[in-house]
Amino acid sequence: MADKSSEPSSLVRFINGILPENPVLRLVLGICPTLAVTASMEGAITMGLAATFVLFCSNFFVSLLKRFLQPHLRILVFTIIIATFVTIVDMFLKAFMYDMSRTLGPYIPLIIVNCIIIARAEACASKSRLLPSLADALGMGLGFTLALCILASVREILADGTWLNIPVMWEGFTTWTIMKLAPGAFLAFGLVVGANNFIRRKLEERKS
Amino acid sequence: MTVELLLILLTAVLINNPVLYYFLGLCPYLGVSNKVDMAFGMGMAVTFVMTVAASMTWAINNLVIFYLSTSSIAIDLGFLRYIIFIFVIAGTVQLVEMFLRKFFPHLYDRFGIFLPLITTNCAILGCCLWIDVKGFNLVAGEQGVAVSWKFAQALLFGIGNGLGFTLAICLMAGIRERLRFSDVPRDFRGVAITLIVAAILAMAFMGFSGIGG
Repeated sequence: MADKSSEPSSLVRFINGILPENPVLRLVLGICPTLAVTASMEGAITMGLAATFVLFCSNFFVSLLKRFLQPHLRILVFTIIIATFVTIVDMFLKAFMYDMSRTLGPYIPLIIVNCIIIARAEACASKSRLLPSLADALGMGLGFTLALCILASVREILADGTWLNIPVMWEGFTTWTIMKLAPGAFLAFGLVVGANNFIRRKLEERKS
Repeated sequence: MTVELLLILLTAVLINNPVLYYFLGLCPYLGVSNKVDMAFGMGMAVTFVMTVAASMTWAINNLVIFYLSTSSIAIDLGFLRYIIFIFVIAGTVQLVEMFLRKFFPHLYDRFGIFLPLITTNCAILGCCLWIDVKGFNLVAGEQGVAVSWKFAQALLFGIGNGLGFTLAICLMAGIRERLRFSDVPRDFRGVAITLIVAAILAMAFMGFSGIGG
């Protein structure tokens, strides 16, 4: 186990996940749901929170089980833990948010293979104490949700002229149907990643 | 009947391409698409795993889970579905890994970490899940549909998805080999430009959407 002095504190971990090491924008992990559910803000928020819940629970259990993990079996153990909680989320959505569950469809079970969750179990939870790994899960989860919301804002405003179903564009705004479809998702995400690189570079140049 | 099967294959490859329409398997799509030969090898490995996984999960889903829930015992094991799916996929990937290490060690070395990561390739789990959405599973109370016919549809869907993934990743690798010599704005190098190229590819693939009718 890593000793305490070399380990970043829980607070640093939490903040790291949100912007400096944002899983989607910086590390480009877990982008399949990122592109699929961001046609609307509602879908993005639901997916973000669902993934955060799964990430929190899986980090919790992986961190507790870290002593018993065998190197060659660990990925399998991670996946089973994750699949269990994804099944819970799936059942919850089917029971209480049926329409949303229909809209997201198979993308909810696909959280099982979301690289962010396995990556955090591998890189953080299986190596650190309980509290830092929970903070890490919350930070990464919120960072994921934030990135989804940024992308969904761009797409929903351009595609429908609305934001969370509230009209925001002027009267007679021509909606960009393409933003709702697959090409729009790739394009918007490519531009957001590029813009993020640009902002970071400008910030670093100002610092030095 | 043959036409219908051909249509399932064509739809999966061109119209509802797993990468460019459903956004599945994007991690290897961005990670392994630097060289055409590697992309092709990856595509073939994914196609194999997908075909095996699609047929096995179909069999478990319909011949075990569905059978148990409609038989006189009436046990619904549906909640175990996702865990079983991921087990089957992980097992198949292990098989492919052993096979490649024994017979194609050169390819095995070059795949590196991306080979075990096929397990977490969303395209494969996605394919198994979409079989249900597309209606290739047995449904309670449905009459006059042969089990083998449903299975053939699911199998073709699996092969089609694998080929669709191969096509998309090879196209992208071809473009990226050229892209290396072009003058891309600094902030857009790497992932950003790849995504924008994917957007243009997806737009081109939208042109196929008339074929399926």
